Amino acid sequence: MAKRIEVSGLAAYYGKTRAIEDISMTIEPRQVTAFIGPSGCGKSTLLRTLNRMHELTPGARVEGKVLLDDDDLYGTDVDPVVVRRNIGMVFQRPNPFPTMSIFDNVAAGLKLNGVRRKAQLAEIVEKSLRGANLWNEVKDRLSRPGAGLSGGQQQRLCIARAIAVEPQVLLMDEPCSALDPISTLAIEDLIASLKGRYTIVIVTHNMQQAARVSDTTGFFNLAAQGQPGRLVEMDDTNKIFTNPAEKSTEDYITGRFG
Amino acid sequence: MTGISFARKLKDRLVFGLVCLAFIVAVAPLVSVLWMLVKNGMKRFDMNFFTHSMRNVGPLDNNGGAYHALLGTVEQVGIAAVIAIPIGLLTAVYLIEYGGNRRLGRVISFFVDVMTGVPSIVAGLFVLAFWVLGLGMGFSGFAGAMALSILMMPVVVRSAEEMLKLVPDELREASLALGVPKWRTIISVVLPTAFTGIITGIVLAIARVMGETAPLLLTVFGLDSINPNAFNGPQESLPLYIFQQAGMPNQPAIDRAWTAALALILIIMVLNLVARLLGWWRAPAKSR
Repeated sequence: MAKRIEVSGLAAYYGKTRAIEDISMTIEPRQVTAFIGPSGCGKSTLLRTLNRMHELTPGARVEGKVLLDDDDLYGTDVDPVVVRRNIGMVFQRPNPFPTMSIFDNVAAGLKLNGVRRKAQLAEIVEKSLRGANLWNEVKDRLSRPGAGLSGGQQQRLCIARAIAVEPQVLLMDEPCSALDPISTLAIEDLIASLKGRYTIVIVTHNMQQAARVSDTTGFFNLAAQGQPGRLVEMDDTNKIFTNPAEKSTEDYITGRFG
Repeated sequence: MTGISFARKLKDRLVFGLVCLAFIVAVAPLVSVLWMLVKNGMKRFDMNFFTHSMRNVGPLDNNGGAYHALLGTVEQVGIAAVIAIPIGLLTAVYLIEYGGNRRLGRVISFFVDVMTGVPSIVAGLFVLAFWVLGLGMGFSGFAGAMALSILMMPVVVRSAEEMLKLVPDELREASLALGVPKWRTIISVVLPTAFTGIITGIVLAIARVMGETAPLLLTVFGLDSINPNAFNGPQESLPLYIFQQAGMPNQPAIDRAWTAALALILIIMVLNLVARLLGWWRAPAKSR
């Protein structure tokens, strides 16, 4: 199920602006990989290149290679729709579909891709909601609108929606930045429990969070203002937070940045 | 701290008064129009009016009705809606979801703006010159429907565009990130989210053309008797009927014009109500 991602020589552009350059890394399966770094250093951009969401921005393009196990995601005959089916994504702001019930939100990815059998849908919805630690809170109101849940519940609903299509990789773009500490804790527990089955990549501004949930951490930085973002170093989370190889990493995690 | 100063209180009262005054000024004509319509229109608001045409009705006869006009309006506006709504909606989807910044998108957008400004009589003249006379198809309800659809289309495009713009990009991204193809995302996520607003826009567009008189004069021509076939021969329509009856010098005709005007307003009100109901029924996912 979970697959390894290998990025080599990746650069991403918005129009003529190069947002990130020269990114090479390996993201291990069944692990949580965290991306940290200052705002605007290209963490989210990198994340969006991993499931070909980056190119949806008008004028955006990508150079370099991303391999999912041995398949090149940017191969000429690769359908981005299939890539996104295999690599799920959770966004910064919870974004359940406002016209759909809780049940339909979770079933959306399946329904919109042609799964119609009621029993099968119900089974997958329950499994996904249990997987997202939300089942007990919503099992009696599956037909209520998804937008009526609290922010933290909505975000877990979005995670349930993402894992319902059984992706191999789960990308999370600052999934807790709009949530309170209790909801954040719920999501972090969830990430820990999902780790066994998925390759998880999480972008976060919260270094404690990176330290708590991730096995590997990548630190990104800009060489200078207006320069593209780069991967400064990537290593075991423990090592990054206790004994980083680079001076700028240490400056950033100890708050002596800039 | 002292309380709110006298000057501020005075200003508050003054502005509040002005706002109320503006409201009354805006509403007064509306209420008086409605009042006049109801008062004068009730005189002939009877079964005879809604079941009979003007065939064999003399100038001073007290009977005669607008059944033929009602039928004509429903057919003409219905056909116009069938032509204009799909084209208008698809154009809006293209402009927002696909072509917005491309050259073709900009050209289409420009021409939609131009079409918005086309005076209704010009749309009528175009159909008269092209269809009625040029192709020799003669006057018909369908010719009128074409003129009306020209007027409807830009309204549908613009209102649908505004509603599609309001759909947050996050929803599109959420759907695309699930591996849903773009066309399905538009059909299953974007359009349902904008549904209420789009329906309101469509109803406004229908209401706008339902009262059009000038283009119908040139394309539908007008008729005293019932012609249920919109594709063959002149028809009547409510605005034409009002125009003709109100121009007569005798009271029974003027009464009929008032009642027809009241009927027209009522139809538009019912349409609005239906739109509201549809919107309420579809709004957010409700408990089932």
